[in-house]
Amino acid sequence: MLDLIWLVPGLPLAGFLVLTVAGRRIGEPGAGWLATGALTGSFLVTVGVHLDLAGRAVDDRRSVTTLFEWVPAGDLSVDVGFLVDPLALTMCLFITGVGALIHMYAIGYMHGDVDFGRFFAYMNLFAFAMLMLVLGDSLLLTFLGWEGVGACSYLLISFWFTDEANASAGKKAFITNRIGDWGFMVAMFATFFAFGSLDYVDVLDAAAAGTVAQTTATLIAVMLFVGAVGKSAQFPLHLWLPDAMAGPTPVSALIHAATMVTSGVYLLTRVNPLIADAAGWVPDMIAWVGVGTALFAATAALAQTDIKKVLAYSTISQLGYMFLAVGTGAYVAAVFHMITHAFFKALLFLGAGSVIHGMDGDQDLRHYGGLRRFMPVTATTFIIGWLAIAGVPPFAGFWSKDEILAFAWDRSPALWLVGLVTAVLTAFYMTRQVALTFFGRYRYPEPRTGGEDPATVAARADHRPHESPLTMTLPLVVLAVLAIGGGLMQLPFSSSTKRLEAWLEPSLFGNEVHLGLGAGTQWVLAAVAVVGGAVGIALALVVYLQRRISDRAIERPLLADAWRFDRYVSGFMGGPGRRGFEATTRFDERVVDGAVWGVAGIVSRTAGVLRLFHNGMVRTYAAGIGVGAVALLIWFLTRSTL
Amino acid sequence: MTVPVTLAAAGAVSFPVLPALILVPLLGALLVIVMPRRRPELLKLVAVSVSVVTGAMSVWLFTAFDTGVTGFQFGTEQVWIRDLGISWLLGIDGISLFLVVLTGLLFPISLLAVDPDHHSRSYYAWMLVLEAAVMGVFCSLDLLVFFLCFEAVLVPMYFLIGRWGHGDSARAATKFFLYTMAGSALMLVGILALAFMHADAAGEALTFDLVAIAEAQSLSTGAARWIFLAFALAFAVKVPIFPLHTWLPDAHTEAPTAGSVILAGVLLKLGTYGFLRFGLYLFPEASHFFAPVFLTLGVVGIVYGAVVATMQRDLKRLVAYSSVAHLGFIILGTFSLNTEGLEGSLLQMVNHGVSTGALFLLVGMIYERRHTRQIDELGGLQKSAPVMAAVFTLVMLSSIGLPGLNGFVGEFLILLGAFNAHRWWAVVAASGVILAALYLLWAYQRVFHGPAHGDNAEMPDLRIREGLVLAPLLALIVFMGVYPKPVIERMEPAVDALVEHIERNVDGFIEPVSRMGADIDPDDGDHDSHGEG
Repeated sequence: MLDLIWLVPGLPLAGFLVLTVAGRRIGEPGAGWLATGALTGSFLVTVGVHLDLAGRAVDDRRSVTTLFEWVPAGDLSVDVGFLVDPLALTMCLFITGVGALIHMYAIGYMHGDVDFGRFFAYMNLFAFAMLMLVLGDSLLLTFLGWEGVGACSYLLISFWFTDEANASAGKKAFITNRIGDWGFMVAMFATFFAFGSLDYVDVLDAAAAGTVAQTTATLIAVMLFVGAVGKSAQFPLHLWLPDAMAGPTPVSALIHAATMVTSGVYLLTRVNPLIADAAGWVPDMIAWVGVGTALFAATAALAQTDIKKVLAYSTISQLGYMFLAVGTGAYVAAVFHMITHAFFKALLFLGAGSVIHGMDGDQDLRHYGGLRRFMPVTATTFIIGWLAIAGVPPFAGFWSKDEILAFAWDRSPALWLVGLVTAVLTAFYMTRQVALTFFGRYRYPEPRTGGEDPATVAARADHRPHESPLTMTLPLVVLAVLAIGGGLMQLPFSSSTKRLEAWLEPSLFGNEVHLGLGAGTQWVLAAVAVVGGAVGIALALVVYLQRRISDRAIERPLLADAWRFDRYVSGFMGGPGRRGFEATTRFDERVVDGAVWGVAGIVSRTAGVLRLFHNGMVRTYAAGIGVGAVALLIWFLTRSTL
Repeated sequence: MTVPVTLAAAGAVSFPVLPALILVPLLGALLVIVMPRRRPELLKLVAVSVSVVTGAMSVWLFTAFDTGVTGFQFGTEQVWIRDLGISWLLGIDGISLFLVVLTGLLFPISLLAVDPDHHSRSYYAWMLVLEAAVMGVFCSLDLLVFFLCFEAVLVPMYFLIGRWGHGDSARAATKFFLYTMAGSALMLVGILALAFMHADAAGEALTFDLVAIAEAQSLSTGAARWIFLAFALAFAVKVPIFPLHTWLPDAHTEAPTAGSVILAGVLLKLGTYGFLRFGLYLFPEASHFFAPVFLTLGVVGIVYGAVVATMQRDLKRLVAYSSVAHLGFIILGTFSLNTEGLEGSLLQMVNHGVSTGALFLLVGMIYERRHTRQIDELGGLQKSAPVMAAVFTLVMLSSIGLPGLNGFVGEFLILLGAFNAHRWWAVVAASGVILAALYLLWAYQRVFHGPAHGDNAEMPDLRIREGLVLAPLLALIVFMGVYPKPVIERMEPAVDALVEHIERNVDGFIEPVSRMGADIDPDDGDHDSHGEG
């Protein structure tokens, strides 16, 4: 089965090529089913390879399959090859599995779009790039996927390109990501310099053997972290993700929640021996950036009125948890949370898409209310997703978040405390979203603030929200089941229930930190987290269902604006940044090119002066010859006398 | 390391293909001139056929090229002026091969893509003369013949820009001609001084044979440095290197589409090729000595070109400034003086020719339809021309350096090589990848995204003929990104030989390569051991 690993990225690539050539002709819904089929095929192959690998001895669970030489130049030799190990396969499983569900969902969601074929071509191309990212056997091949998913993200965010805002959001995502990619590139240069190779097997084995100096490992780890911060939307490069919600909702679910944004976490997990060799402040920095981003984004999520923006900030916040886990050496917990998050956040995004679909494109939470009566499947599954992310046992999110918080406590109670506050806030804003969307009164037909035209209000009176078609609700149900039971892969009770940890062990080179806490402490920590979640939920219910406290106290403009950070950055870019660019351009026109014209002018003026002597009059020339002859004569005479 | 194989020993080819590369277009030009006046439609047919034949020969060279041979292949020698030691000494190696192939491909494409709106006869004749001259530059191994061809390029280009260009084309053509002419004037002095000093020092008859002079290295260090500067000035203007670049945007913008494609695709490579073939090979010590200057100018060019490109209002001018940035990368790789950097530079020369050539063709197609290149006046074109938008996207991503497409491999190797040689330059230069995304994506957004108004909403999509013209370039963009090996393996022997030549002739210089297990000391930015140190 292992030999077939090339099919895993190969099938979506083939799907992309077919759809590029014939997407328009295949049309709807065939193009969608073709793309879904391609990814389902990859999922099945992944399962087969997974079983094959699981049947082998633990130290035989890493293999490299080389397809062909890619860049053989000088000392550098990079192949197109796949590193199949437990970490890569785990990533592939949820990318192809969740990906196939989202593709299927999109068949219903994108119904009637003029560019139906183009959409699925991009989706399959994205899946291909994402799979190359996790399967690549070298940093350079991972970078190929890394940039590839960035390009697909750009194409899909600006998919509805006639709207300026969508186009700008796509561009912003790409350029912000490129800042991170700069870090990734520098990390590769340094890796090649120090190891003479970019292949994971060479680099990681050498690093695990401790042959690399600390400063080198530090530089590489920090630069890869810069790349990860960009791709995984951590502070301060998180700016692009809220804007990226401009893309179609299946895109938000697949790329901006379940898969692409977790690439940074994957990358840092992959290079764990380098982080282990780096200076001690590197993991601390990763942990603090992670937990800080988690808290920051959670506060911003409190005050968003767009259903997708709440989820966008929530994603940034949850990714922060994963960075916290990486920073505390809890790689298994990071991957665990990545998977459960893929389940419940994809579920929430698809649920939000279903709501938007049923509400004719309206994304404002304030206009919803009471929707559970109209869309029971969406409501039920969304509620499951809510319980999972809010950390209610025994849903999947509880187990993974609990494990991260335990490791945070083990490293530093301060990290734990920030993580706990974030968990309370998470429970609060998610409850707010559920309450505003599915509970309370149905507010859609009501007049809105801002003095609406009565005709507009009347036009809304006939609107009936509707449940989505089966292609959309079926993925919701499957993901809901996963969001309930996903925790089973890693239960903290004994070493035999920590299945994910045992499975991932060959990829971690013994760098997984082992928790020094007693069972008692762990129970207490878990209890505190559950109580915290319950408090968050209860408070939100008081505010948004019982309306005993005004929501104005919570939904501050400063929070809605995400602490105005984006405003400052765009202000700088549009102000001093732009002026600097303009000044450089003027410098080019006036000084650099001006100098050229200046030289030309001098030549031309000198020539003008010289031209006076070439006036075509014999007398002038004769006079010149005469003067010259006399001068020469004098010169010779004076010299000869000396 | 042995001396590169001499011409007599290399490639026993019976058909003199390199002279044919020069003569066929030249004879084609003559044919175009004497064609009967009654059949004007035949002019294009003849011109295209001639360039296709030339292109086919260049592709044949690629397949017949022996990757196992160091030194020059397909060599021919025809004595020209015996007393002065000047001869038609032609030969190619892994460094010139790809520029010959690129020239062979881009000429038929640009001839097919655009028809001149007046004076077709002289247009086609000048294009073919230009092709012959360019082929002469890339094949000649005699310094004076090289110089002759190098200068001969200017004349057809001057007329192509001046007579078939847009806007203030006469002014741009004159600026182009005088600027580059002034640059190369010193090179002629340099060539003469070099040949005479070499003949003196070696006690031999006067010769302009590149290999003989370069392998002898008979000049004193001081003299070599001065003569290097004379060559470098000519090449620096031609590349162009910041701050000698301002002829480029004018010439590019005012040139006809085919002129821009050839200018970007081939003519800018005359300078970078000159640095590799004549700068590094003839003057290894001086190249090493002045490397920091050129590295710095290269990095400045990358950042500066991108910044100025961002603010351009004319789409063609924007592409022209992007060339300044791309060529900065090539200079950076060249003066890294290691295999990765040099191979990256060579790849980037080809890639830039393909990608920027395609960009100019696309801009030309937009201009032909909309009669404007002002970015403000365009917008929403993806709605009316989705296929053109898709092609533009692919070319744009290639130009940005997306892995999997051609632009990335060259750029990455250049930066990798530069990092091994001069770390901080590479770190700054890598920021060029952010800026490239900025100016191209922003331009794309303003031209193709957003709502379409007026004529933009009605713009016709790509025609079949235009698609066919672009197809070979698009195929190369993907192929060179996915499987650059056939290209790199043909370069490697020549590049390795060049690096060894530099190592041999510069005291204490060791190729800056990766140091396994080495520590990166943050205070030490320069691992290149200088001979003087």
